[in-house]
Amino acid sequence: MAARIHPLLGAFAILVFLFLLAPLVIIVGASLSDTTYLTFPPQGLTLHWFANIFEISAFRNTAITSFQVAILGTALSLLIGIPAAYALNRYRVGLPKWLGTLFVLPILVPEIVFGFSLLKSITIGLGLPIYPSLIIGHALLVLPYSVRVVGASLASFDFSVEEAAISLGCPPWKTFMTVVLPNIRAGVIAAFILAFITSINDVSISVFLTGPGISTLPIQILAHMEQFFDPTIASVSVLLMLVTVGVMAIVEATLGLTFLTK
Amino acid sequence: MNKLAKWGLTMPATILVVALLVIPVLATIATTFGEPKGVFSTYQAFFNSGFRTNILYRTLRIALITTAISLVIGFLTAYVIAQMPGRLKSIAIIAAVFPLLTGVVVRSFAWLIILGKNGILNSSLMSLGIISEPLSMLYTEGSVIVAMVYLFVPLMILTLTGVLEGIPRDVVEASASLGAKPIATFFQVILPLAMPGLIVGAVLVFTGSFTSYATPQLLGGEQMMMMGTLLYQRAMVTFDWVGASTIAAIMVVITIAVVSIMSRMARRLNPMAV
Repeated sequence: MAARIHPLLGAFAILVFLFLLAPLVIIVGASLSDTTYLTFPPQGLTLHWFANIFEISAFRNTAITSFQVAILGTALSLLIGIPAAYALNRYRVGLPKWLGTLFVLPILVPEIVFGFSLLKSITIGLGLPIYPSLIIGHALLVLPYSVRVVGASLASFDFSVEEAAISLGCPPWKTFMTVVLPNIRAGVIAAFILAFITSINDVSISVFLTGPGISTLPIQILAHMEQFFDPTIASVSVLLMLVTVGVMAIVEATLGLTFLTK
Repeated sequence: MNKLAKWGLTMPATILVVALLVIPVLATIATTFGEPKGVFSTYQAFFNSGFRTNILYRTLRIALITTAISLVIGFLTAYVIAQMPGRLKSIAIIAAVFPLLTGVVVRSFAWLIILGKNGILNSSLMSLGIISEPLSMLYTEGSVIVAMVYLFVPLMILTLTGVLEGIPRDVVEASASLGAKPIATFFQVILPLAMPGLIVGAVLVFTGSFTSYATPQLLGGEQMMMMGTLLYQRAMVTFDWVGASTIAAIMVVITIAVVSIMSRMARRLNPMAV
């Protein structure tokens, strides 16, 4: 597509980008303010609020939980999602159509309904402790990324390569690991990143599954905000933005950021 | 062998989704029909309560307004991005991806700093002498809508940039060389071709805002509850699980209805489909 852009339209787009980025700049500014309340522009500069995060054990603990849950939940979703994506693409005929839809249900069902139902079924119904409940809940939440994104990679994989390896005597499992997996590497990385970021930022599921003693960082931020409205929240937010920067750097290095518009 | 493999490989994911998503959600919905007062008594109670129906209508209204605003902003911005030269385009995409990947709590929190009583907007308006008393902007429908638009515009921009880039250059050039003015090309060529993408974007934003929890929790508070915050309150504060399940069931039905109607519309409106 190519067309000329009216200057007014160009100006509008610039305003949109200001609208998108200004609030994030404001958070960074507020996190540096030498005041006990949130303000922008910062009055006096201090890193005190960043130090404060590490002094509050609830932030330390929930940050660790969030990372563990995101990594383990994502790993579990890939572990069950990649075989499913492989089967859906490899044996297209013979598998019922609804199977593909089944695996994207976690994004179709309202997250808050899913979270509430998980609480009733696994935390209370099965009496599962909080930590495994969180991991399973997050694994299911991000399963659609594992199945769909890896599936998109597999859709463009030429399975005759795999058949060649097998007919030359390579065992199926080894064929998958040495022939198929390297070819869908980009899809697996992308699925991992999308799943990780979704899990680490999740509120609607975690809010039902966290409990006394074990919580995730976003839930802890919400709880802290109900009592204090100081720049600590802004500095935690800045750290979360740094995680985003890190993730984007990984995307750029492995897949290129244009990947995200596809 | 193949038969075993294809079912075996899909089995773990199938079992997990069925056991931990399908059955629990259906069970949640099923409990709403098991009341001694009658099969539909909890729904009658919901729709007879002005408080709760108000929240349903408010949620629908906020989701619709958010979708409409995000569509316009997202489409125009994506249109500009699609024309940008390579390098500038990457920067624009990074600027849209960054907020998208930043969590909903962080992005909603930013609007607390901006719209609060002692927030940036109030203090700037006061120092400019436009107002003398700080305005109460938080905990209104407006504050929720602003934060939701902020939440969903990046998603719309990225979805629609992909769609617009997929429109073949030749089609646009053909329209121009046949004498169509840019405005006519926009409305008669680009817009219809982008329609399926616009509908996909609208569905994403509508369902996302209709079912949101964190944003109305932070920016709407008790005064401006939405379905998501009402569900949470009923489940975890008043422990009215049947009431919470009723809200859940209504949310599921509306979400499914919107998704299926809109995706049917997207298929019908696709001019590329023969």
